[in-house]
Amino acid sequence: MLIVAALAILALILLGLGGPLHGRVPRAAVWVYGGGAVACAALLALGLAALAAGGGPVIATLPVGLPWLRAHFRIDALSAFFLVVVNLGGLTASLYGIGYGAHERQPGRVLAFFTPFLAGMNMVLLADDAFAFLLSWEFMSLSSWLLVVSNHRQADNLYAGYVYLVMASMGTFALLLGFGLLAGSEGGYAFETIRAQAPGAGLAALVLVLTLLGAGSKAGVVPLHAWLPLAHPAAPSHVSALMSGVMTKVAVYGFVRIAFDLLGEPDWWWGLVVLLLGGLTSVMGVLYALMQHDLKRLLAYHTVENIGIIYIGLGLALAFQAQGFPGIAALGLAAGLLHVLNHSLFKSLLFFGSGAVLAATGERDMEKLGGLIHRMPVTALMFLVGCAAISALPPLNGFVSEWMTFQAILLSPQLSDWTLRFAVPAVGAVLALSAALAATCFVKAFGIVFLGRPRSGQASGAAEADRWQIGSMAALAALCIVVGVVPGLFVDMLGPVAELLVGDRLTPQMGLPWLTLVPVAEARSSYNGLLLLLFITVSTVIPALVIHRFATRAMRRGAIWDCGTPSADPATQYTAGSFAQPIRRVFGTTVFHAREHVDMPLPGEVRAARFHVDLKDLAWDLFYAPVARGVAAAADRMNHLQFLTIRRYLTLVFAALVLLLGVLAVWH
Amino acid sequence: MALIVELVMQGVQMALVLALAPLLTGVVRLIKARLMGRRGPSPLQPYRDLLRLTRKEAVLAENASWLFRTAPYLVFAGMWVAAALIPTFATGLIFSWAGDLIAIVALLGSARFFLALAGMDVGTSFGGIGSSREMMIASLAEPAMLMIVFTLSLVAGSTQLSTVAEFMQGPDVGLRVSLALALVGLVIVALAENARIPVDNPATHLELTMVHEAMVLEYSGRHLAMIEAAAALKLLLYVSLIACVFAPWGVASAAEGPAAYAAGALAYAAKLLGGGVLLAVFETSIAKMRVFRVPEFLGVALMLGLLGLVLLFVTRSL
Repeated sequence: MLIVAALAILALILLGLGGPLHGRVPRAAVWVYGGGAVACAALLALGLAALAAGGGPVIATLPVGLPWLRAHFRIDALSAFFLVVVNLGGLTASLYGIGYGAHERQPGRVLAFFTPFLAGMNMVLLADDAFAFLLSWEFMSLSSWLLVVSNHRQADNLYAGYVYLVMASMGTFALLLGFGLLAGSEGGYAFETIRAQAPGAGLAALVLVLTLLGAGSKAGVVPLHAWLPLAHPAAPSHVSALMSGVMTKVAVYGFVRIAFDLLGEPDWWWGLVVLLLGGLTSVMGVLYALMQHDLKRLLAYHTVENIGIIYIGLGLALAFQAQGFPGIAALGLAAGLLHVLNHSLFKSLLFFGSGAVLAATGERDMEKLGGLIHRMPVTALMFLVGCAAISALPPLNGFVSEWMTFQAILLSPQLSDWTLRFAVPAVGAVLALSAALAATCFVKAFGIVFLGRPRSGQASGAAEADRWQIGSMAALAALCIVVGVVPGLFVDMLGPVAELLVGDRLTPQMGLPWLTLVPVAEARSSYNGLLLLLFITVSTVIPALVIHRFATRAMRRGAIWDCGTPSADPATQYTAGSFAQPIRRVFGTTVFHAREHVDMPLPGEVRAARFHVDLKDLAWDLFYAPVARGVAAAADRMNHLQFLTIRRYLTLVFAALVLLLGVLAVWH
Repeated sequence: MALIVELVMQGVQMALVLALAPLLTGVVRLIKARLMGRRGPSPLQPYRDLLRLTRKEAVLAENASWLFRTAPYLVFAGMWVAAALIPTFATGLIFSWAGDLIAIVALLGSARFFLALAGMDVGTSFGGIGSSREMMIASLAEPAMLMIVFTLSLVAGSTQLSTVAEFMQGPDVGLRVSLALALVGLVIVALAENARIPVDNPATHLELTMVHEAMVLEYSGRHLAMIEAAAALKLLLYVSLIACVFAPWGVASAAEGPAAYAAGALAYAAKLLGGGVLLAVFETSIAKMRVFRVPEFLGVALMLGLLGLVLLFVTRSL
């Protein structure tokens, strides 16, 4: 089994060589993307087969890497599930790339690193020792960084790449420290060894914090998210889809692997910390997303929100696990992991849609789009499905995972810890708030971009996306519906994962009548997406038929009414900024530090009035700026060390040596 | 046989809510008019309006898309399904387990999502202002509603509305502070969601004050009829929800036979009438508030819901 995986990953790395061949070999891009799709399909099949087989671990050791360690690889239920998520995204992104790549200015720069990036993500999932894990992690970070800066002539992209590189290094560094602590002085870097020796409470706490820093910064947990809305949109759209929809999931995998698997039994406060972080992340993510008028940046901020929802599920699982309720922990875990799958589906779909819009119009700025539903009807329909799914509307998939999270929250009065009892309802309120705000955000995204009248020449001259783009979007939209309608199938898929991580699983769902989802007990709660879909379809079609048959089907096109005052100027429409204005008024001063500047000409002046809003991401002010100032101040202080005499340097070297020896002497 | 009876009962429920919804709207309008010293139209007027609208030719703006034409049916369907999931005269209907309270709230969210999109479809400033404000109100009302749902579910130990309603009929309820807080919160949410005074005015066409009406300004003919019917269903839905949770007297249980069903139906009609009267009296006795006061009003509902919930969490094992 691992041989197939190894061959597929090797193929992905080698396909990167197709980049330099671009322009020399005809249709190199099609070969590279096609090859990537085939390799991803193989890995996807592998993951599904491993899950179907119950997720019994398959282990292999390769004689590469560190001589005393060698490289360990393993597929268990957790990595198999994430293999499915990653390669589903990889497969559709590769197919999408065949069409989208044609719009690329320098395709070679993307081709060379696209498939290695996919390989890196897969390797993280398979790694079974700290060395292989970190190597793959860094490989994934660097290949994605190269993709972020592939369009390097734009200054914004270079800045995004710089911030990303700094944050990725910080994250890997934190993970490196964490694994170092886990391995102990013996240097047992294999996960098997780490699992066998349970760390002490203090050490485990330290490792958890480092994991939250390392994996959390990659996933975009607030306040470590600030790089994400810069870097994800900077990459080409199919890469944005991979980074937002898939790479953040690999980061979640890293967190789950360490927190649930390697660290052993959780402490009571772990769940609390993860829950609070998740709640903060979800609401801040969606509020910032609402304020964006760059379509891809809006989607990137929305990834932050969804990561928050996933972390809420995981935090509940940790809390219940620590207090000895493995059954409910399995529910929280299943909710979080199902949201991992769901988010990868609809976020990839939405980024593909934004890529189609970008390719057709050359615009990411929502204020210059509009009316695309007429020019790109199929893309609009697919994007609408994605919007409805991410807004957690039944009967689509986003609702199922949020519903399961709510069910887990409703079981939490059983927790005996008082802090958790106050925190869980508050987090529930925050989750409800962010779900409602998400719907607002996507009414804005779809309404401004696809509805209304075109706000620029590019928007009015757009053409429909090609069949590769549409095909991959349609596949994802169909999956969004399938997961929403038959959630039991996917919840059952998570059974072995929960068994592995929390030692219990939800009851099998697929045998229940009407494919109903019953996580705990029928008297308590049940949800049936299939019936709801059926009901909605029937009660949409019947009234429509009745009215058309028995009343009238007459219809006439006329001028826009608009209360009798229509204006032909598309600038009179509501804009992205004005749509979000009420929300800005409500949350503005506290959350965004919003400042409105109105420049009103005096009577008699002929210049135009100007209105300008300043918004800030608080994370920059509160977390990044102080750190950056500290580093700069320290660097200034240290600067004079570079201008010493040779005697002083020798003295410093000697002092450092004595100090280190002293530390060593005290340590032992 | 039992299955057929249950299917028929579910069908009766769906037909009942649809048939009664315009009447409730008409009754509220009539009582409001009387309270204001006008004679007011017959309570049957909404039926006549709907019939007239469906027979009229629909006029669409020249750039209206397919979404604009489908949205009214989707909105209507979402509302109808949600209303059919709420126990009216009997609990334990055959499909009541298809969606619980959270799903009902989300179904209302779906309907609102499509309505707000339809408001932006033609690209007018009024459509935009309506959608934008409607979504702002909703993004505060929906979490408040969910908090209330959580409170109810924790009290009854289930998110299934049928189970909640049966529990509320039972002797274990008692007087609880959480439930009182939830009731006040639910009334606030119901006022906001149904675009009633003091949040919005269903009768206004004054440009700067309308929210819901601005959103549906471009609609005419059968499309407008569907939207009006959906709005009537929504009002009925909220009144039924409040009635079945906080005034659960007389609701028949599953398979109690025709007599109980008839009694349940009578009780239900009485509750609807009571709800309509209370709404009309409340609406005439209060002034509409400015749009940007609405968040504070809804914030109260959210805080009440959260307070009720925290209270339950804290007192659960004392």
